[in-house]
Amino acid sequence: MSSATNEEYYVPHGTHWPIIGSIGLALTVVGIANYLHDTWSATPIFVGLAIIVFMMYGWFGQVITESLSGFYSKQVDATFRWSMSWFIFSEVMFFAAFFGALFYARQYSIPWLDGASNNDATAQYLWPDFEAAWPLLSVPVSEKFNEATAVMGAWGLPAINTAILLTSGWTVTLAHWALKRRDSTWLVYWLFATVVLGFGFVGLQGYEYVHAYQDLNLRLDSGIYGSTFFMLTGFHGFHVTMGAIMLTIIMIRAAKGHFTPENHFAFEAVAWYWHFVDVVWLGLFIFVYWL
Amino acid sequence: MSTEITHDTAHDEHDHHGPAKGLMRWVTTTNHKDIGTLYLWLSFIMLLYGGAMAMVIRLELFQPGLQFVEPHFFNQMTTMHGLVMVFGAIMPAFVGLANWLVPMMIGAPDMALPRMNNWSFWILPFAFAILASTSFMEGGGPAFGWTFYAPLSTTYGPDSTDFFIFAVHLMGISSVMGSINIIATILNMRAPGMTLMKMPLFVWTWLITAYLLIAVMPVLAGAVTMMLTDRHFGTSFFDAAGGGDPVMFQHIFWFFGHPEVYIMILPAFGVISAIVPTFARKPLFGYSSMVYASASIAILSFMVWAHHMFTTGMPVAGELYFMYATILISVPTGVKVFNWVTTMWKGSMTFETPMLFALGFIVMFTIGGFSGLMLGVAPVDTQYHDTYFVVAHFHYVLVTGALYSIIAAFYYWVPKWTGHMYDETLGKIHFWWSTIAVNVLFFPQHFVGLAGMPRRIPDYSLQFAEFNQISSIGGFAFGLAQIFFLYIVIKTIKGGVKATDKVWEGATGLEFEELPSPPPYHSFTQAPQVK
Repeated sequence: MSSATNEEYYVPHGTHWPIIGSIGLALTVVGIANYLHDTWSATPIFVGLAIIVFMMYGWFGQVITESLSGFYSKQVDATFRWSMSWFIFSEVMFFAAFFGALFYARQYSIPWLDGASNNDATAQYLWPDFEAAWPLLSVPVSEKFNEATAVMGAWGLPAINTAILLTSGWTVTLAHWALKRRDSTWLVYWLFATVVLGFGFVGLQGYEYVHAYQDLNLRLDSGIYGSTFFMLTGFHGFHVTMGAIMLTIIMIRAAKGHFTPENHFAFEAVAWYWHFVDVVWLGLFIFVYWL
Repeated sequence: MSTEITHDTAHDEHDHHGPAKGLMRWVTTTNHKDIGTLYLWLSFIMLLYGGAMAMVIRLELFQPGLQFVEPHFFNQMTTMHGLVMVFGAIMPAFVGLANWLVPMMIGAPDMALPRMNNWSFWILPFAFAILASTSFMEGGGPAFGWTFYAPLSTTYGPDSTDFFIFAVHLMGISSVMGSINIIATILNMRAPGMTLMKMPLFVWTWLITAYLLIAVMPVLAGAVTMMLTDRHFGTSFFDAAGGGDPVMFQHIFWFFGHPEVYIMILPAFGVISAIVPTFARKPLFGYSSMVYASASIAILSFMVWAHHMFTTGMPVAGELYFMYATILISVPTGVKVFNWVTTMWKGSMTFETPMLFALGFIVMFTIGGFSGLMLGVAPVDTQYHDTYFVVAHFHYVLVTGALYSIIAAFYYWVPKWTGHMYDETLGKIHFWWSTIAVNVLFFPQHFVGLAGMPRRIPDYSLQFAEFNQISSIGGFAFGLAQIFFLYIVIKTIKGGVKATDKVWEGATGLEFEELPSPPPYHSFTQAPQVK
C-alpha cells in the first residue's frame, strides 16, 4: 500500500438520500402502528414504502453511475465486500432469533408444559390434559387458537422447493462463470433462469400457504407450531423475494453491459445474498419441515 | 479519458471545499467529524431528557407514600429513563466518539461509507421522536421496564407499545449500519504501517463492539418482531396457552441484552486505555493482553445471558453453568484493571480533568464490577434479584463507568476537536461535584437493596426512607452537575485558550502527533506513514 491508496479513496459530497430514506422509514413504521390501531388508513404505509423505493432507486443509481465512471478504487471495492459480508451476518443473526425460538419451544417450553424436568406440578395445576408433541397440533388452551388439523409434510412441495433453490444456486454460479469468460449472452440467460427459479419458489411457497390455511387449518394463530412455521418461512420467503428482485436488477444491468470480469461486485453481492437465502432454506427444510 | 478527468475534478473540489453552510450542512453531511458532532449532541440531549425522568423518579422516592406522580406514570418514567439512557445517551455517544476518532486514529480520510454514515445518524432523531411520542399517547407510554418482558409488553402492554417496537427497529437498523461502517473503516482504511496490533485500543475495542452490535441488534429486532406478532397476529411465541413461553422472551432478550452491556463498556475501556498512559507518561502496560482481554470479554458475553434470569426458572445445571461462566468474565476484566494500575505504577502522574474522570472510572467501575460478581452467584442472587442492589450495581458500571469514560473522552479530545482548551478549574469542579454526588446517589442504594427494597416501585416501606432521601439529594446534585457540564461544553466550543497540536505533554497517537488542533475538515488526505 502506498499513500496513493488514500488519495484514491472516494469520499462523496453531501447527500440528501439518507434523510429521504429516514422520512420514508419513519412514515412506514408510524403508518403500520397507526394502521394496527385503526387510527390511520393503509395509505401512509404505501407512501412511506414508495419513498423508500425512490430513495433506493436514487441512491443505488448514484452509486452505479459513480462505479461506471471509475470513481471506485480497489480499496472502495474492499469496503463493499466487508460491508456486504457483515450485512449478511446480521441477517443470519436475525434468523437465528427465530430458529432459537423454534428450538426453545421444541426442547423446553412444550415438554415443560407437559411436566418434564421438575414441572410436574405446573402441568397438573395448569393444563393436566396437555400432551407434549412436535409438531404441536393440540395447544394447551384450544379455544384461544385455531388448531391445525394436520402437519405440513416435508416431501411434497417443500422438497420441490428445496430442489428449486439448490438449482438456482447452481445457475447463479453458471452465470458468474459466464461473466468471468465475458460471455454476456449466457450471463443473462443463466441469470434469467435464476430469477425464474427464484420467483417460482415464491409462487410455490404462496401456494403452500393457501394449502396450509385451507386444507390443514395451519395458520399463524395455530399456536407455537403455526407461529414458528409462518414466521420462519415467511421471513425467508420475503428474503427470497428481495433476492429475486435484486437478481432481476442485476440481470438488467448485465444486459446493459455494466459488468466486466474484473469489476462486478454488485453481481457478487447479490450472489452471496442468494446463497445465504439458500442456506437458510436448508435449515428451514431440515428443522421446520422434516425433523 | 473523460472519466479520469471527472475523477480528478471531483477530488480537487472535494479536497479543498470546507463544510457547506446552514442547516442543510448537518442534514446532508458525509463528513465523519460533522456526523460525530451530531451523534454527540443527540446523546447530550438524550442524557438531559433521560436525566429529567430520573429526577422525577428521585423526587417521588424522596419520601415513602405517593406524592407527585401516579404509579403508572412512575413506571413509564423508569421504563423511558432506561431506554433513553441506554439507546439514546450512552450508545450514540460512543458512536459519536468513534466517528470523530477512528478515522483520525488510523490515518484514514473519512469513514469507509460516508453516505451510509449519514443515514445511520439521521434515522435516530426519527426513532427517538417516535419513542418520545409514546408518552403522550392514550394509555401512556411503555411502562414495563426497559427490558419489556412478556407478558407485560404483549398481553398487558399499552397501545403505544407498537410505536415503541418500531422505534427499536429503527435504532437497530441505525446500529447495524453504523457498526458495518466502523468495521469496514477499521479493517480497510488503515494508513500504511498501521497494523492491527499497532491500533490504539479505542479502535480495537470499537472493532469488537461493532461485531457485538451486528451480532445482537438483529436478535433484538427478532424479539420485538415476535412481540408485535404476538400482540396483533395471533402468534404465541411468548404465550404458554399456545405452547410458547414468556420465559423464552427473557432468553431472547438477554441474548441481546448481555452483549449489549459490553457494547456500552468496551469502548469505555478503550477511552481509559488512551487517557491513563498520557497522564502517567508511560506506555500502556500489556497492550496485547488488553486486546485479548477485550476479545475474551466479547466472546464470553454471548454465553452468560441467563444470569439475568436466575430467579425466573431454569434447571439447576443451567444455573450452575451460567454462574461459573459469569464469574469467568472477571478474569479478562481484572486483566484490564490491573493493566491500568500497572501503567500508572511509577509514572510521572498529573491529574488534569480527563485523568480525574479516568481514575474515577477505574475505582467506581470496579465497585460496580464487584457488586456484579455478587449478583453473578446464583444462590445469593435469589436475595438480590430485582432489588435496589441491582440498580446500584448497574448504575455504578453505567454512570461512573460508561458515562464517566464519555465525559473523560470529551475533556481529553475536545481541545483537539475545537482547538480550545476547556477551563481546567471548571473541569475539576465538574469532576468533584459529580463524583461526590454520584456516590451519595448510588451508594446507599446498595444498602436499601440488600435490606430488601424492590426496584421499579413508587412507594416503599418506611425503614428505607432515610437512605432514599440521601439518594435523592445526591441525584439532584448529580443532575445539576451535568447542567454545569453543558455550560462547560458550550463555553469550550465558543472559545478558550488555544490548544497546542499535541494538546497533552504525554499524548500519543496519530490524532495528536500528525494533525493540528483543530484538525482540517478532511483529516488525512495523504495517508501518514506509521512506523
